[in-house]
Order: sequence, then structure tokens, then C-alpha cells
Amino acid sequence: MKIGVPRESHPGERRVATTPEDASQLMKLGYGVVVQSDAGAKASFSDDAYRAAGCEIAGSSRDIYDQCDIVLKVRAPEGDELGMLRSGQTLISFVWPAQNPDLLETLTQRGVTALAMDSIPRISRAQKMDALSSMANIAGYRAVVEAAQHFGRFFTGQITAAGKIPPAKVLVIGAGVAGLAAIGAAKSMGAIVRAFDTRPEVKEQVESMDAEFLMLDFEEEDGSGEGGYAKVMSKEFIEAEMALFAEQAEDVDIIITTALIPGKPAPRLITADMVESMKDGSVIVDLAAEQGGNCELTEPGQVTMKEGVTLIGYTDLPSRLAAQSSQLYGTNLRHLLTDMTPEKDGKLVVDMEDEAVRGATICIGGETTWPPPAPKLSAAPKAAEPAPAPVPKPEKKRSAAGPLIVMALGGLALFGMGAVAPPSFMAHFTVFVLACFVGYMVIWNVTPALHTPLMSVTNAISSIIVIGALLQISSGSSLIMWIAGFTVLITSINIAGGFAVTRRMLEMFRK
Amino acid sequence: MNSAGIVTASYIAATVLFILALGGLSNQETARRGNWYGIIGMAIALVATILGVVTQHYTLLFIALLIGGSVGLVLARRVQMTQMPELVAILHSLVGLAAVLVGFANFMDHSTVLHGAEATIHDIETYLGVLIGAVTFSGSVIAFGKLSGRIGGKPMILPARHWLNLVLLLGSIWFGIEFVEQSAAGGGTWPLLLMTLIALAFGVHMVMAIGGADMPVVVSMLNSYSGWAASATGFMLSNDLLIVTGALVGSSGAILSYIMCRAMNRKFLAVIAGGFGTGGGTTAAGGEEEGEVQPIQSEETAELLANAKEVMIVPGYGMAVAQAQHTVYEITKVLREKGVNVRFGIHPVAGRMPGHMNVLLAEARVPYDIVFEMDEVNEDFPDVDVSVVIGANDIVNPDAQEKPDSPIAGMPVLEVWKGGTTIVLKRSMATGYAGVGNPLFFKENTRMLFGDAKDTLDAVLKTL
Repeated sequence: MKIGVPRESHPGERRVATTPEDASQLMKLGYGVVVQSDAGAKASFSDDAYRAAGCEIAGSSRDIYDQCDIVLKVRAPEGDELGMLRSGQTLISFVWPAQNPDLLETLTQRGVTALAMDSIPRISRAQKMDALSSMANIAGYRAVVEAAQHFGRFFTGQITAAGKIPPAKVLVIGAGVAGLAAIGAAKSMGAIVRAFDTRPEVKEQVESMDAEFLMLDFEEEDGSGEGGYAKVMSKEFIEAEMALFAEQAEDVDIIITTALIPGKPAPRLITADMVESMKDGSVIVDLAAEQGGNCELTEPGQVTMKEGVTLIGYTDLPSRLAAQSSQLYGTNLRHLLTDMTPEKDGKLVVDMEDEAVRGATICIGGETTWPPPAPKLSAAPKAAEPAPAPVPKPEKKRSAAGPLIVMALGGLALFGMGAVAPPSFMAHFTVFVLACFVGYMVIWNVTPALHTPLMSVTNAISSIIVIGALLQISSGSSLIMWIAGFTVLITSINIAGGFAVTRRMLEMFRK
Repeated sequence: MNSAGIVTASYIAATVLFILALGGLSNQETARRGNWYGIIGMAIALVATILGVVTQHYTLLFIALLIGGSVGLVLARRVQMTQMPELVAILHSLVGLAAVLVGFANFMDHSTVLHGAEATIHDIETYLGVLIGAVTFSGSVIAFGKLSGRIGGKPMILPARHWLNLVLLLGSIWFGIEFVEQSAAGGGTWPLLLMTLIALAFGVHMVMAIGGADMPVVVSMLNSYSGWAASATGFMLSNDLLIVTGALVGSSGAILSYIMCRAMNRKFLAVIAGGFGTGGGTTAAGGEEEGEVQPIQSEETAELLANAKEVMIVPGYGMAVAQAQHTVYEITKVLREKGVNVRFGIHPVAGRMPGHMNVLLAEARVPYDIVFEMDEVNEDFPDVDVSVVIGANDIVNPDAQEKPDSPIAGMPVLEVWKGGTTIVLKRSMATGYAGVGNPLFFKENTRMLFGDAKDTLDAVLKTL
């Protein structure tokens, strides 16, 4: 089957749905890949690079729609493109079926099999194809870069000859993928980073990135909704939250908001009053601008200056980092296609039993299959049912009597033996006990790395038993003599072998 | 000249040298010198005994020494480092056999006649020496068979085996009493012979019942037994050199067994009772930790390694089976030249006898100062960028810490999952010795590199 990658037609869109590297991987799956000329130009992938990877270059998008069975895109098809889609063709791109019911309707009517990359379920198996996370990651990073661009000072604190420069303070609201990426980027530029999220389980992640997690002085309410996303909070919670933001707004230099609730307009978190209370020269980056904005004053797609504060409302942050986004998006697509090509024979299989594929498929064969049944598992397991507290085993108190009893018994046994045994035996026994202690002390000092040589050398020296045979070999009895002779033979195997192999091993240890 | 005094003085010298030999093993620099101390000590003891005690049959003596010595040297030169446990096991069996033979020869020798308590004690000593020797002998032979694959590694569990062991024990005590009584009257051959047979059977049964995972414990335990056998023979012959050396070896083996048991979180008695890997393993193999593993290719692995600052390699016996240690070292060398800090983390039971993995790495020319023990590196994992687990399973299983009802709960493990990325080289998803699944493979920061360790690592090396 042939995969086609047309140039994105949306104005200002710089991304492309596959990179030369991903294209060559797709060919390994048995597909042919056709790329429209200049499709990757704005993401710094030239036609020559695609050609070198083995792709065909097509002149117009119509060529692609006509000859390819699978069309890979970033943005959903619009305008003319819809007309070129034909029945039986497979389209993989972002679709946002919830926001674009008309588009979904059209796709269904045209008999297209459409997979929406935004509808890939958030299950751990599908993480490698989760394009939303990839794009959110890039948006978070780019948000910090944009903020730095419009912020008139350093992010990092410095002590220079000309005086002290305080570090910038960054507040990140919403610690999802984008929020965490923003935290990481701001932190590595040297800023003081604080983060807030309604889901308490992300506290650990925030703190692992060395940022401060702002806690609400509010009785426990878990903001985790289905699929690892946030949900709408209670009125009291929101009031407490707003008080916190108002307090922070006066203090911080940069606010990056990433708060989104699936299927709902973005929550209003930063009011006009708060913007006014911010220091002049501060920056707000509103990643939720497309969904209405977390800040009251943001204008989607625009950079505006209000009350001395720069408000950045770009809705195309991933596209502003086109090479990176194309690479990650292309890889997400490749992973999806790998899963859908089980035989690696270039034949696409839409397996509706596969949870990831099922979730992404929004229409097939003229039927709408969206929304999919709820995913079985949340990516972040809910802090559900607290495990039954393990009954602490009553720890046995180590009574001081134990060792005493053992010692007393040992002492008694020793006295008993001393009472009946001849003195010569007791002399040997003294030697034996002392030797055990010497052995104990010496062996604990042996480094674990040399335990194998230790075993072979103890093996060699335990053959000192040969002395016993030597004492017997001069016996008058020929039977004893032969037995002793044989014993000498086997123990000398041991002596020579043990020492020699120890030497061989020790020779190998080198710095 | 007082020849007996000179012999005794030589024995004292030999004793001191033996202690120095063991003490020398406390680090790699002094270890080689320590081995020479051992050789000199043995030579002094032999020469003194031959000159001072032996009066005739020199020809037989020297022929036996010569043949035995040459066989030993050839064995030592030919043995593969992966076969070390087998060699050690078979050498243990020789010590056990020697103890039995010396005991019998001593019993048959009636040149010195003892009376009363002395005679009784001497008989008990003889009896014990033969008993321990016989158990060591047959146990070691079976261990050798298991280690070399001539006997299957599965534990052989007889019905009512604990009762059987008890009967064997009671039998040997009964024959012991019989032996002392009859020996006083000049007889006693039969009880001694029957006991030897019982002891041999006991040794076989004991080691047969122990599973493959516990082999390190068995080998060190037999090491200990061979020492006690020498010690018992020393008591029988009233020879302090044998007593001391035997005690040194015996305590050495006992400590090694203890270390091994602790590393596997097993009770010594439970190991001896046998059957590890059959009881608890099956229950935990259930599927509740089904997750998705994320495979990785050799090229990506090479890239990850090249871009890392801290790399920790955790080898298991699987690495030696695949003969991949030389490739591992080549990779280590390349990475270290690039300024990557590569270290090795060794679990005490990695390999099939204590310290085995260190020897295997040393054979592959890995410098010993980048090879660390588990306790030395476990704290460092949060700073490690990439951990590479090669042919190991149970020793990196997070369940040991996280799941109190897991069969391996409480066993100390290398905490690789705390590092940046973990790459696990494995043939398949099969479980390890303990038969438990490993949630490490399903962790988000784990990547699986499937295939033969040597082939995949060769590919990694090529990319580097």
C-alpha cells in the first residue's frame, strides 16, 4: 500500500506528517511513501532529503490523494482536501471530532477510514503514539522560550560586578505534560519555578523536577478525572485557588497557564485584576488560548500588551518548533502504523479489538465510531482504595535472656566435656575454637570480589589432610599403604589444582 | 636432633602462612602474595612431614605426588572460568574422599592402643571424620553433576524427605554408638562401613533436593564441610595443623554460605531443606502485572549509551552463558574513552558461586576498580543515566521491595529502576530462577533489547 504525505494547507502551519527518517522506517514495513514537493520545507526537511530516504515526490496534493491508500496529515483536511478524499482511503491526522462534528460527518459520508491522533487513548501501551503528549511537551517548552523573548530580564540570578540580579520567578499552572515541560525548560534557564495543579498526585513529579508545588490550604479534594486528565472542581475549591493565584500574581514575573479540562472551555484562572496587580514587564503565556484562555485578557493567536503585561496567546506553539514537532509527530504516526501492520507486509489492518486503534478510529466504512467506549485504565492510576493497612507483625522483642541462655548452655557443655575428656583432647579443642575465631575475623575481611579465589585457595589448603595420609603411608600393612598412597594422589590433585587455579584467577584481576 | 620438635615448628610456620594467605585476599593487590604464602606453607608442611615422619615407601609417595600434581595443574590450566564452580565442587569431593580414606586407614591401623575415655573420644573422632568426609564427597559429586549439567538442575523432592533425613540421622547415631562399643572390643568395621553408606546417601539426597538457584549456597556449604572434615581428621590424628586449617576453611565456607543466604534472603536451614523454585514460584507467576514492554533496537541503545554520563552495567549469569563479557568490556572501553563513567554493579549471587561474576569480568579484562558490590552502588542509581541489565532477572526485581507477599520479598536487589533509563537484555520474557514475574520490564523507563546478548551487544559495539 502507498502512504501519501501532502503539504499542510492551513495558513501558517509549518509541520509535516513525516520526516525522511520516519519515511525510511515506514518503507521497512513494506509501504511506499509519496511526499508532496516542499511538504517539509518549513520544517527544514528538503525534497532531496526525502528522495535520499527513498520517497517519491509528487507535484500536487491531488496526485497524492489520487494514488495513495493512506494519507498522513498533521491538521485535519479542510477546503479542497475534503473533496479529494475517496471511499476506502485511510486518513490519519488530528481531527478533534468533539469540536468539529461537521467534519466528522463529512468524513463518515465520504466513506473514509479516519484515525484521529487526538483520540488515541491514554493507556500506557499507546504512549509511544500519543501525539497530544508530544505536542504538549513542545508547546510547554516553546512557551518558556516565548516568555523569555518578551521578558526584559534574565531568567537566572547572577552576582556580577555591577550588582546582583535576582532570578525570575515563574508560575506554571497545570502540571500536565505541557506544564512539566515548561517547568523543566524554565528551571534549566535558572528561574525559580512554582507549579500548581488540582491533581495532588502530580506533586511528586513537580518536586522531582526541583520546582516548588503550591499547596492549597483546603480540605482534600482530588481533581483527577478520567483518563488522567483534570476535572471540574467545587466552587469552594475554585475560590481558594483564585485567592492563591491573586497572591502569586503580585510576586511572580511570568505565568504560564496550561489548565484544560477535556470537552470543556478552559477554566478562567487569571482575572483582569490579577493581570493589573502584576509587575510591569511581566509575561503571561496562555497555552489554553485556543479553548478560550485561562486568562481573561488573552487574545487567541495574538501577543498583546495590557496593563504593562505582555499576554501571549499563540495557538500554534508546536508549529513554531516545526522540525521538532514534525519529528515527534512523525514518530508517533510510525508507531501507530507499526502496530497496524502486524505482518510488516505493507498491508494496513484496522483491528477494532486493539484498544489504541479502536480509540483513534472515528469513522470507518461510512459509519461513525466516535466516541469510543471508555478506556479500561487510567494512565495515572487513581489513588483509589487505600490498600488494607498491613497488620504490623508484633516484633519479637529480642530478650537479653536468649543469648545468655545459649552462652550458659554452651558453658555447661564445655564444662561437661572438660570433666570427662582427657587433657590432650582439651588442648586440641582449645586450638580448634581459637582457629574458628581467627578464621571468622580473617574471612570477613575478604573482599566479596575475591570470594571465588577464596574458595579455591581454601580448597587447596584444606588438602592439608594429606598429612594424615603421609603419617600412614609408612605403615607395615600394605592395604593401609595403598590407601594412603591413593589419598596422597587425590589430595595432591587438589593442592596443585587449587593453588594453580587461584593464581590464574588472581592474575586476571587488573586495574 | 629433635625431629618431632622441628616438625611441630614447621607446622606452626605453615599455620601462620595459611592465615596470611587468607588475610591477603582482603584486596586485589595483596591477594597474589597471599597465594604464594599458601603455597609456601603447604610446601613447608609437606617437606617437614616427608622428612620427619615418613620412613619407607618413598617411591609410591613420589609417584602419587607427581601424578596428582600434574593432573591438578592440567585441570587448573584447562578449566574455563564459567566452569569454576564445577572445578571447585569436584575438588571438594576429593577432600571429602581423602577424609574418608584417612579415617578408614587410621581405624585399621592398630599400632597405637588407647584406653578408656581417650579411646572413646578417638573413636568418636574417627567416626565423625568419616561421616563428614562421606557427606562432603557424595554431596560434592552431585553438585558437580548439577553444575556441569550432567544432572538436571530441578530439585528432586522425595516424598517424606524430611522423615527420611531424620531416619538417616538417627541411623548414623545408632551406628555410632555401636561402633564405639564394638571398637573397644576390637571390632567395629561393620557399623563404620554401614554409616559410610548412610552418609553417602545422605549427601546425595541433600544436594539432589536443592534447586539450581541455591547452587552458590551449596558450593560454599560444601566448602565449609570439607574444612570440618579436615578438622575432624586433625582431632583423630592429634594434629593441630589439620585442626587449625580445617577450622579456617570451615569458618570460611560457613561465612560464605551466610553471605549467600542473606543475599537471597533465605534461611540457611530452608536452603538445606531444599526445593527452592518449586513451592512459591508458581503462585506469583499469575498475570496481574500484564503490561506493555517497550522494545528497543541496538542502534538506539548505542545512542543512549553514548549520550549518557553515568552508565551502570548489571551482569547476571546469562551474560556468561552468552559469552558476552568480552563484548561488554569492548563497549565499556569505547564508552570510557568517550568520557562516560561506566561501572559494574554486582549482586552477591550473580553467577553460580560467591564472587563468580567478578572472576568472569576479570577474565574479560574488565579492570576491577570499576566493578562494585551491590551495597557500594545501590545508593547511586538515581544519578545513573542508563543501566544495562544483561542476563539477570531476580536480582533486579522491584517486587522484592514493593510486594510483601512476593516469594522473593525482602531479598536485597539492585535498584536499577531508580535510574534514568534501564535497558534489559534478555532472550525472552521468561522468569528467572525464582519463577516470579518481574515488573521492572513493564516500567515506563525500561526498554527491552531482545535477542542473544552477544549478538545484540556486538551490534551495539558496531554502532558505537
